[in-house]
Amino acid sequence: MYGLGLLKGLRVTMRHFIESYTYDRSPLKWFSLKGRYDQEWLEKRQAIEGKGLFTIQYPEQQRKITENFRFLPMLVYDESPDKPRCVACGICARVCPPQCIWIRRATDNRGRPQARPAGFWIDFTICMSCGFCAEFCPFDAIKMNQEVKLATTDRDQDMFYDMDRLLVSAEYYAQLHPTDYAREEEARRAKEEAACRAAAEKKAAAEAKKAAAAKKKAEAQAAPAKPDDLTRIEGIGPKIAGLLAAAGITTFAQLAETGVERITQILREADPRLARITDPTTWPRQAKLAAKGQWDALAKWQERLKGGRE
Amino acid sequence: MAIDLAAIEAQVNTAFPGAVVDRDGEWLVVDKARLKEVATYLRDEMGFDYLTHLSATDYPDRLEVVYNLYSTRPDLQGPGIPFKVRLADKENPHLPTVTDIWPGANFQEREVWDMFGIRFDGHPNLKRILLWEGFEGHPLRKDWHEPYYEQEHKPFKSRWPRPDNPRPRSAEERVRWRRNVRYPPDFDPENWEPIPEIEIDQADKIDINGLKTDRILLNIGPQHPSTHGVFRMVVGLQGETITSVYPVVGHLHRNHEKIGERNLWTGNIPYTERLDYISPMYNNFGYVVAVEKMMGREVAERAEYLRIIMGELTRAINHILAVGFLFNELGAMMTPMLYAFTEREHVLDLFEEASGARMMVNYYRFGGVARDVSDDWLKRCRKVVDRLERKIDEFEYMLTDNEIFIARTRGVAAMTWQEMIGYGVSGPVLRSAGLAYDIRKVEPYSIYDSFDFEIPTHETGDLYDRYRQRIAEARQSLKILHQALDRIPKGSIQAGKKAWNPTVPAGEAYVRVEHPKGELGFYLVSDGGTNPYRYHVRSPCFVNLGALEAMSVGHLLADAIVILGSLDTTMGEVDR
Repeated sequence: MYGLGLLKGLRVTMRHFIESYTYDRSPLKWFSLKGRYDQEWLEKRQAIEGKGLFTIQYPEQQRKITENFRFLPMLVYDESPDKPRCVACGICARVCPPQCIWIRRATDNRGRPQARPAGFWIDFTICMSCGFCAEFCPFDAIKMNQEVKLATTDRDQDMFYDMDRLLVSAEYYAQLHPTDYAREEEARRAKEEAACRAAAEKKAAAEAKKAAAAKKKAEAQAAPAKPDDLTRIEGIGPKIAGLLAAAGITTFAQLAETGVERITQILREADPRLARITDPTTWPRQAKLAAKGQWDALAKWQERLKGGRE
Repeated sequence: MAIDLAAIEAQVNTAFPGAVVDRDGEWLVVDKARLKEVATYLRDEMGFDYLTHLSATDYPDRLEVVYNLYSTRPDLQGPGIPFKVRLADKENPHLPTVTDIWPGANFQEREVWDMFGIRFDGHPNLKRILLWEGFEGHPLRKDWHEPYYEQEHKPFKSRWPRPDNPRPRSAEERVRWRRNVRYPPDFDPENWEPIPEIEIDQADKIDINGLKTDRILLNIGPQHPSTHGVFRMVVGLQGETITSVYPVVGHLHRNHEKIGERNLWTGNIPYTERLDYISPMYNNFGYVVAVEKMMGREVAERAEYLRIIMGELTRAINHILAVGFLFNELGAMMTPMLYAFTEREHVLDLFEEASGARMMVNYYRFGGVARDVSDDWLKRCRKVVDRLERKIDEFEYMLTDNEIFIARTRGVAAMTWQEMIGYGVSGPVLRSAGLAYDIRKVEPYSIYDSFDFEIPTHETGDLYDRYRQRIAEARQSLKILHQALDRIPKGSIQAGKKAWNPTVPAGEAYVRVEHPKGELGFYLVSDGGTNPYRYHVRSPCFVNLGALEAMSVGHLLADAIVILGSLDTTMGEVDR
């Protein structure tokens, strides 16, 4: 029948019309004190199975922003705004597609660059909200904010954010992106624990080695002498004292008899860097005085020495 | 089906000795003087009748014009013949046009003239297309520098963190408008008059039953609610009948391709979704597929499924929206369109939750996707798919039998698929005329070959068939979605390491995907660095617009807008 198609279409629109009044509430509640745009009814209409009216009354009603929503970048600090997580590595500034990030690296009082930013600017007039800076930051220092109401009358000044306006606390970040925050903290804890465990294992291994060496030495020497405090020799710290002990040098007398080359060799075997930065030339002579008990003479000489060097 | 390029080269060289002068990787290099003969031979004798992509590249010592030719013959569908012409003369480059062999080359050749300054001898209307007539210079030449030019490649040196970095200035302070802008030597803005696209012929008076009427030109747009963005049509009218249509595009032109050459490979991903902002996920998809092909990179399995899910959601909602818009343009103001938008909201909610944004998603990465989705997300996605199924039924029930709709659309803008192939038309419009040509089937990418779906076709290619075609394709998308949601595996969403500045091996490639609107191709040239040497987008909307005039002539003015709407164009992609 001609016109049937039209009537079919009108049937659909009529059903939509009626559903917008009946889907979320029964006709008995039409005169309820609850407004037409009550939150509970709204959620029912907006659900995936929902029917009827789909629109909301903005700004009185606002939709919940999803956790992953990203708008503009922000910088995260942990304890205080003086110490941002950022180390000024510059990956965000380089990966940024519209190149809207500028970083000034901080320097110490001698002019050497340091691992923190002295200035950090983002030009939000050209930021395209892609989120690459947050995604590629190795230190979880830059994240995406969800604040969207940034209307201003002076875009040149007000949309040009410096570090003061970019910095937010870690708590704020955790509130915006709880899942991401929890995952990152978990990863960081695991990393720290692994580092801790690795250090502890290394220490234990070193101690076991030291103990074994000392035991070997003790077996070799029938009558071991009572060990002296080698750190009284200027230039020898606890670490080097430990190394010397592992090599069987535990008393001043033994050290006094050891040649400079032998000491250097012991140090080099333990750690080449250590051998480069220490100079054992005076150690046997200092030990000789200590072994004889001439502490006054030793102290007088040590005053002239600089870190054990003449 | 693999194509034996060596055999084709030999065959062409037998027919025209010396026509193929060289082989450059997968590209045949054709002699400029024999181009037309070779093109005609490839079309008529060898069955490669479908020219989809034509663009150019500026190398230090030469210009190259590249062509990608495909076949619609069932036994030859699949990879096509890529060939190129080398032009050593950079001062005054010119080569013969192929518009008389493929009318669809018209717009793309005009674009190459506009961007590279390469003349096509014998072109019917070689004018600038994206820029204004009178613009100085050809922007995609490597020696052309844009305003705000800072450096050849990103990242710019001033973005490296250094102790002496000054407080930067805002864009307006930093670079003045005047710098780097070149005008023609005799340009005077006070007395400049725009060059009209079409000359009005006042002598063109026609006597109909004693009534003398003028042929008039009517400008529709650029600010018109139904032109899908900022688009102008200069329509020639005889009474109410359309005698000519001249599309004027470029109002949204931002030189996307020059920006792409400045960007890092990674940095182009968020730019691609600004092309077709109605279906941003699929632009991402096309770009990463193209770059991964050049890199030879693996993709994580779960990421492949997520890509398909996002891509097909995009396609389904794009088609539903296109149907809504079609009715808007027919004058069924708002109702079907707003019903379509309601459905789109649910899909955009899913996108927002997965990627962080509703439209500017930036979701695809080389080797994977940006974020994983939760099981809850997949559950809700399934519910949305079920809802879309119900809603498509409702749309069909509401609209398909509508007598006014049928009266307005049946037989309007009908075109055979052979004609459409000539114009380079692709996508649902082409399939609605009866040719089952879908890149997901003929040249499968990603994991489309593991899904069970059909390529629906219709017969006449008129507006009514285009509407039914979109509905049918949306249903097939939902079918793919059901399978993908059933089979999606657990595991990693990123294969290999995600680097911020990956390099791409030197080479060139044209990779195409089946975008909801047609064939979306990326023509990429890499010099082995972290930035593309050439980055070209073969936009389906831009090429489809080339058939607008042929479809509209002879119909009524009231149909012009509907025909434009049925092509489902997005100006962000046309103008680039």
